[in-house]
Amino acid sequence: MPSLGTGLNVLIGLAAAPLLPGIIARVKAMVAGRRGPPPLQGYYDLIRLLHKDHLRSRTATWVFGGAPAVGLAAVVCGLLLMPVGRQPAFFSFEGDWMVLLGCLALARWCAILAALDTGSGFAAMGASRDACFSALAEPALFILLAGLARQTGELSLSGMVAGLAPSAGLTDAPGLALLAAALGLALLAENARIPVDDPNTHLELTMIHEALVLEQAGPDLALMLYGAALKLWLFGLLLMNLLVAFADSFAVWCGMILMAAGIGVVESAMARLRLLKVPPLLVGAAALAALGFALIWRTTP
Amino acid sequence: MTAWENMLLAAVLLTGFAAVGSSRLATGIRALGAQGVLVGVLPLVHSVAGWNPRMVGFGAVVATTKGVLFPWLLSRAIRASQTRRETEPVVGYGASLALAAVLLPAAFWLADRAPLAVSQAGALMAPTAFTLMGMGLFLMVARRTAVSQVLGYLMLENGIHTFGLTVFTHLPLLVELGVLMDAFVAVFAMGIAIDHINREFDHMDTTRLTSLKG
Repeated sequence: MPSLGTGLNVLIGLAAAPLLPGIIARVKAMVAGRRGPPPLQGYYDLIRLLHKDHLRSRTATWVFGGAPAVGLAAVVCGLLLMPVGRQPAFFSFEGDWMVLLGCLALARWCAILAALDTGSGFAAMGASRDACFSALAEPALFILLAGLARQTGELSLSGMVAGLAPSAGLTDAPGLALLAAALGLALLAENARIPVDDPNTHLELTMIHEALVLEQAGPDLALMLYGAALKLWLFGLLLMNLLVAFADSFAVWCGMILMAAGIGVVESAMARLRLLKVPPLLVGAAALAALGFALIWRTTP
Repeated sequence: MTAWENMLLAAVLLTGFAAVGSSRLATGIRALGAQGVLVGVLPLVHSVAGWNPRMVGFGAVVATTKGVLFPWLLSRAIRASQTRRETEPVVGYGASLALAAVLLPAAFWLADRAPLAVSQAGALMAPTAFTLMGMGLFLMVARRTAVSQVLGYLMLENGIHTFGLTVFTHLPLLVELGVLMDAFVAVFAMGIAIDHINREFDHMDTTRLTSLKG
């Protein structure tokens, strides 16, 4: 049910999401021995981009102009469905986890349409890669959320997260750990982080997400960047809900900062995988999720 | 006890996935070594009655044979042949992983229907055994290098060992040692065969052996 506390969680998410990429960049810089950009750099970038003019390709149609807004709206809808630890989501109904995945798919679909709409070869290449990898990451997400549904016997995200802490015992630990591992891999893939995609690269042959948003500039790009930050926030919340389902929202916020720092460390320690190596990784994530699902299926009475 | 057993079995399955999904032979050998140790320790966790010296001793023998001896033999084989990775598998690694993931529910289905002897085994024991056997067979069919096929054989053996645990709490020592001895001799003989293939043809691609004339 919509309430003040759950609405506050959504607002905090909307306000704090650009912080996460800033923390990741800061941690990466610190590990590399540099000072790095301030953690608030994400906000500065957004403000700077919002002050710029609209610059759109002459071949682009209204699809290009509308896609960033629709994509952002889809991610915000997803955020409304996501509980925060012990606190339920703003909206909650049976089967909302499918709507959540649908929202994410819609956001990606908009980005891909916008990229294709410009007729730019590189943007289309990025769109193709993004579509391919997200299609491989999606089964993992579906299977792991289905596993949570089986574990708790609930069909809404809020119900799943609320039921997770009391229902899970030592017997379920291996299954849930596998689901968490699969979610971690899906998080890195869906948010275009190393080892799947390097957010810093601007080399045409290797970039995936950066190529997808290559044609956007100014406020359009700001919407895309903000949408990407919100998506990272959304996945972070999902991971936190799985790991610390019993925690209150303050503990979840702290967990999110730790998670961003963790992503920064992973990005510093690993190199990007070759493009051909990414599909086996994502199929592996789906296999992990399937294994976890099978274990939970067996151990839950 | 079931909780620890389940964790161990999940780890066993993960090593199986690692062996099926990696192109590097060294990774496969290491995964199978870890799997051997886990399978060796399994009876200790599985036992309801508690430990006795015989079980501990046998677990140690299985773990050292499968975790140290076999990997050492196989590492020597790949070092001698300078083969680092499986370059052209019959089935690709992504598809292999997907197949392994499909194998799991099939094994659950099979374990539910197979008329198993009554035992205290947890719900995961028999399905894990079937999955290991399936993945082992799959590795033997879908890989070209001789070492990968030996890895498949070992995984099949691990599956049979695990399946044995579902039927008996502990097998007679003689039977267990006999099976282990067989596996050892088989790996030894395959190691020698790999060496011979390698010395004769400078590679260990077994598919090309089919064109040999007597």
